[in-house]
Amino acid sequence: MMYKSRKQKWKVVVFFLTILLALLFIASLSFGASFISPVAIFNSVLSSTPGQYDLVLFEFRLPRIVLAILIGIGMAVSGAILQSATQNGLADPGILGINSGAGFAVILYIFFTQGIRFESELLQLYILPIFALCGALLAAFLIYIFSWKKSSGVTPIRLILVGIGINAAFSALIIILQLKMDPRSFTQATVWLSGNISGVSWSYSYALLPWLIVLLPIVLFKARYLNVLTLGDAMSTGLGVNVNRQRKWLLLLAVGLAGSCVAVGGGISFLGLVAPQLAKKLVGPRNEILLPVSALVGAVLLLFSDLVSRTILAPSEMPIGLVVSAIGAPYFIYLLIKS
Amino acid sequence: MALLNGTNTSRNRFFAIMIVTFGTIILCLSMAVSIAFGAVNINLSTVWESVVSYDPSKTTHQIIINLRMPRVVAAALVGSALAIAGAIMQGMTRNPLASPSIMGVTSGATFAIAMALAFFTSLSPIGTMFAAFIGASIGAGLVFGIGMLSRNGLTPVKLALAGSAITALLSSISSAIAIHFNVAKDLSFWYSGGVAGIQWESVGPAIPVFIISIILAIMISSSITVLSMGEDVAIGLGQKTGLIRTIGFLVVLLLTGAAVSISGTIGFVGLVIPHMIRFLVGTDYRLIIPCSAVLGGLLLVLADIGARMINPPFETPVGAIMALIGVPFFLYLARREGGR
Repeated sequence: MMYKSRKQKWKVVVFFLTILLALLFIASLSFGASFISPVAIFNSVLSSTPGQYDLVLFEFRLPRIVLAILIGIGMAVSGAILQSATQNGLADPGILGINSGAGFAVILYIFFTQGIRFESELLQLYILPIFALCGALLAAFLIYIFSWKKSSGVTPIRLILVGIGINAAFSALIIILQLKMDPRSFTQATVWLSGNISGVSWSYSYALLPWLIVLLPIVLFKARYLNVLTLGDAMSTGLGVNVNRQRKWLLLLAVGLAGSCVAVGGGISFLGLVAPQLAKKLVGPRNEILLPVSALVGAVLLLFSDLVSRTILAPSEMPIGLVVSAIGAPYFIYLLIKS
Repeated sequence: MALLNGTNTSRNRFFAIMIVTFGTIILCLSMAVSIAFGAVNINLSTVWESVVSYDPSKTTHQIIINLRMPRVVAAALVGSALAIAGAIMQGMTRNPLASPSIMGVTSGATFAIAMALAFFTSLSPIGTMFAAFIGASIGAGLVFGIGMLSRNGLTPVKLALAGSAITALLSSISSAIAIHFNVAKDLSFWYSGGVAGIQWESVGPAIPVFIISIILAIMISSSITVLSMGEDVAIGLGQKTGLIRTIGFLVVLLLTGAAVSISGTIGFVGLVIPHMIRFLVGTDYRLIIPCSAVLGGLLLVLADIGARMINPPFETPVGAIMALIGVPFFLYLARREGGR
């Protein structure tokens, strides 16, 4: 009698996920180069006078945690849209090459501006997402053209295969550009490319937040179209939905989310694959519920990966993208075996 | 084998002989050009002279024999090895997308090299090669394992997906290990894939492996032709398919492992070349394998020259160049295969 209906089940799921997120949040604040006990964190938050942990907590650890949550949300929602809109359970902005397209644009930007000094690094941070977005759009556009055929439209399998190819091409271009850079920009680019959120300041979150604030409500508004698209093209057309138009809008939103996340966090693959899949297992395929739950799962997963990336091989710190791949790739393989 | 004598056989054989003869001549010429071209430009006649009558007292001769020669020999060997490996895989699995890099064999080899670098700090060329063999088997084993486990078997598309997932998994683990053990810089060489700065010491041990594998490949080439017609046909013709497959995969692992231990990950050679050759000379693997060897070597030597010309005096990894050449071809295949 625990779950009377789906409607109640998702409330339970959201409740548990929120608790999990809160626990991870506290754990992420505690663990690090020095351990800070939850009690000390509590005191530090409550006391009005500056304490000994304030700097570490609010300037080093918290920005990172907030950024991980934001990227987790963005990537997961992007993946969820891609999976529903293309009716393809294996779709993910990383696998499809959208991330490497965005990465290519960012590297191109760093490459052409490496000599120029900006008035502030901050400005650069707000410009990067726009470039990343252009790159992501270019990649998405290429994938779409190459996987479209007159006879059968875009089949899921062809989409993924073409995505793998586009991914390889952009990665090669990135390597070529990278080697033309001066050593300092090279290191900067390498670290960023493997998906890294260590040592970030608050401004990274500020740079990402506007995109999420604008894009996520639109996504939620479009969720009902996503439900219809999941049924297949013929059915959707029958229900009076202009399939291609809505799909293009939704794909644009997914690309926008992925691009802006890549701009601040670098190439994090597989998150957009795993989070929506897990969410679907938990609450079913209705997008009004699936999208928020995917976002929550994405945040939990990325925060968890961040914790692992900092602690598993301490004192060396892994780029978070590697941890996510190490978790996500086996899941992808599992899906492959089952499908 | 009467079965193989189709109407086009004589034409195919003619093409094959032309490819092998002219291919070899062009290969030798491009190798000479590759040796002559560099920071100090050297005359082609000097290159010839240093090969025929080597004089250790001359600096140019030393540059040619000790610095530039190993590089170009490595490029040619790696190119032919990967092309042969790709041809054998495509023939045995009847899968147009099969190739060492797509099926996770190269990433397995790179993974094992990363492990070995992390735990043994300094690696002899033979040790590197041995690690690469083990890794190649692990990579291939994983991808095939996934294929065996999945419900409708190893379709071409599933193979490509499994290969890219395994590559992602193995490379993230080895990057993590490399960062932890502070060998990330050494490892990046194996990842970007290139033949720059290669010495005789690392090419030398691989040469016997290449020779043995190529002989084995040619020996089983007619059986591969039969296998490429399907398991049933092969069994019907009384072939020991298990034995041939075992030898075939052994050859693939040896060739790929040796290639990766020299040059790191270079993709798409093993995918593109066999397709081109099959288009020209048909489906007889007795012709495909030697032609693949010649053209694979030629492609990589040319790509390496290109890699040095893009941005002198810096080197672009030849792996990246190959990816740019190979991707359009891969997209073509993906469009064809994905439609099924």
